[in-house]
Amino acid sequence: MRAEVVLEVRNITKSFPGVVANDNVSLTLHRGEVLALLGENGAGKSTLMNIIYGLYHPDSGEIIVKGEKVQLGSPREAIEHGIGMVHQHFMLVPVMSVVENVMLGIESTQGPFLDKRAAAEQIRQISEQYGLKVDPYAIVEDLPVGVRQRVEIIKTLYREADILILDEPTAVLTPQEVEELFEIIEALTAQGKSVIFISHKLKEVLRIADRITVLRRGKVVGTVRPEETDEQQLAEMMVGRSVLLRVEKPPREPGMPVLEVDDLWVRDETGHMAVRGVSFRLYAGEILGIAGVQGNGQTELVKALSGLKHAEKGHIRIAGQPVTNLAPRAFYELGLGHVPEDRQHDGLILSLPIKDNIILNTYYKQPYSENMVLKHDVIAETAKRLVEEFDVRTPGIDTRAGALSGGNQQKVIIAREFSRPIRLLYAVQPTRGLDVGSIEYIHRRLVEKRNEGAAVLLVSTELEEILALSDRVAVMYEGQIMDILPVDEATIERLGLLMAGVRDATRTAQTTN
Amino acid sequence: MPNNAMTMIRQRVSWLLVAGVVALIFVSYGATPAVTTALLASTVRQSTPLVLGALSGIFCERSGVINIAIEGMMLMGAFVGFLANVYTGNLLVAVLAAVLMGAFMGLAHAFMSITLKMDQIISGTVLNILALELTGFFYQQGLTTQGKLTPVRIPVLADIPLIGPVLFDNPPITYLSLVLVVVVHILLFRTVWGLRTRAVGEHPKAADTVGIDVIRMRYINVIIGGMIAGLAGGYLTLEAVGSFERAMTNGRGFVALAVMIFGKWTPLGAWGAALLFGFANALQTQFQFLGISTIPHQFVGMLPYLLTIVVLAGFVGRARPPAAIGQPYEKE
Repeated sequence: MRAEVVLEVRNITKSFPGVVANDNVSLTLHRGEVLALLGENGAGKSTLMNIIYGLYHPDSGEIIVKGEKVQLGSPREAIEHGIGMVHQHFMLVPVMSVVENVMLGIESTQGPFLDKRAAAEQIRQISEQYGLKVDPYAIVEDLPVGVRQRVEIIKTLYREADILILDEPTAVLTPQEVEELFEIIEALTAQGKSVIFISHKLKEVLRIADRITVLRRGKVVGTVRPEETDEQQLAEMMVGRSVLLRVEKPPREPGMPVLEVDDLWVRDETGHMAVRGVSFRLYAGEILGIAGVQGNGQTELVKALSGLKHAEKGHIRIAGQPVTNLAPRAFYELGLGHVPEDRQHDGLILSLPIKDNIILNTYYKQPYSENMVLKHDVIAETAKRLVEEFDVRTPGIDTRAGALSGGNQQKVIIAREFSRPIRLLYAVQPTRGLDVGSIEYIHRRLVEKRNEGAAVLLVSTELEEILALSDRVAVMYEGQIMDILPVDEATIERLGLLMAGVRDATRTAQTTN
Repeated sequence: MPNNAMTMIRQRVSWLLVAGVVALIFVSYGATPAVTTALLASTVRQSTPLVLGALSGIFCERSGVINIAIEGMMLMGAFVGFLANVYTGNLLVAVLAAVLMGAFMGLAHAFMSITLKMDQIISGTVLNILALELTGFFYQQGLTTQGKLTPVRIPVLADIPLIGPVLFDNPPITYLSLVLVVVVHILLFRTVWGLRTRAVGEHPKAADTVGIDVIRMRYINVIIGGMIAGLAGGYLTLEAVGSFERAMTNGRGFVALAVMIFGKWTPLGAWGAALLFGFANALQTQFQFLGISTIPHQFVGMLPYLLTIVVLAGFVGRARPPAAIGQPYEKE
């Protein structure tokens, strides 16, 4: 390698009770390069980074920073060795200003008092040097997510880090913000900083990385260069078998409107209006994707559309029947299936066995109960059949739902919802946090339902997922639907602009095209 | 944008209110100088335990620990201060004893809620009950003291009409409380310690990742909070009354909690709020003094508590407590 090695991890092993999270992992990082660490959830990426950042202590192995073997007992020691980390969940105090957040822990002072002016000046210098635009005196909670991330990066640079770990940095960004982040990363590496970029998104990794190290089940599978590989090969390295990245689906045959929503207004938990006048039609035999950065009203919209939240204003009809503000059961009786956003909180009762979770919305009906008494034999039989049919990996139907892996929990929900006769289906973030295998399975099932003639509403913050499955794509921004596009007109760029709330630019783009 | 407009309006309204109150005081002083002076002097003294109690709460809650034990901490401080005064006759020793007792109460609260990770409301309730029962059990009637802290006139300043007798002719703990308001405000918003305390109360994990010891910060802040509550107790037995009675805090610790919230967890805000409650109390005493008997005295006595409810329900707006309040910090 041409450049000097700044960080070397040798034979790190770390076990937690019952799992080996890192099994003899080694990697090297050179000055000025972007090393992508690719792997599924649970592959051990976060554990490895927490070890490098001093949060965990490895059982064995060593870490060498700039030629010196180090013991990293705490984040403070990691910081002293020039290692900085941008956590997936930002470590910023929302009510404080940028300068307060950046200086926290290594405050500049003048006598007994904080010297915010000096710190702000230093922040301005860093901003200019690396193209990280930010107002030092802005309050963090008023800043968009992309800018907050810049503040996190400035935080590490302020501590003179030259090794930056970015943990899933693109998960919360719009496509344009991702592009801006990549420009920042390029500016950083051009000036001699080294970056470890953690991700499970193949396209991004191929775009930004100089080298890609793939982790699977705690082990390094291999290190490749982006120019000598492709998405297919990376996916196979990640999963350990060949994967179908594309979902095949026949052309759409739109039927009758199943769900009709007119001028819907819904408040969030804090009383703010989260959904502001949403109207759309969802037809039988189509998948309508709702894209948008998280927190733009998608959650509240779906809750109102399933009777879980009160609609302030507007009308909802399912198969022509008015259902606005009726109890959830009315929605289910009309043929709604719901794969909710928070599967552990809204989708399952974790302390109950699988068999009880399977009948959560049908328990009061024939054949599961008769004269107000549950028929356990019928329930057990059904549960066994569904576990088999939907490929839930479990020791048995009496296992608590909470003991299952995320993917299998989701399969229990899908088994419950898909085994009823449904004409309408909401799938909210159906694959979040799942491994590639489960994602593939769930995508296939969703398309199957659509092909059978159900109307499917797919809410996801993953644009890839939206584009792979949807027939039409709606973009939500600040509680409104910015636009609904047929999927072949929905390019990443157009959706990105809509997700950022830019409607006019899209219009102009449309007319110039 | 609408948020900014709202704060602008709120700020203007508050300035108008302050101006109105000042104008009212002058008019009232012009009409009845003696009554007005007495009323305002009484307001300052009545507000002293509230302001101290609120400062105690601010230290704890800004670092992320709920403190509903202000009442109990005050009561223990009051009692131990009183005993120290009885047996040593030295008022300085007595005040220090009250503060030290408060520190112990703070330590107990810190241990239960930070180390044992108990529910902080329960921990606080336990301390309140403990204080009430312990002081009730050990208190004997007939104990007498040689004296109490007396007003110290500050020369020249005390001769200014109205302001002089109200602000510059007070006993030591009252002066100290005024100084503490300013000092704690600066400490909280202008110093490293304050920044770290607020960070620990808002987002302890963020503080941890930049090398701040969350547990240590919380312990120290809760103990300081206890000390100030102990001082508030000392005010009652060593400065205001000069003797101890069972349950003599009489809900002041809880009113102090309301004062803290009304002041939005800031010392200056809490001071303003405490003055308001102090004023209600002073008014009540003044009414009874002047023998205004058309209203039964029980109703007049309700005034401060009624004010608590009205103010907390109506005027505070959306006061936002520190985000991590009540949550024990656990490293992964």
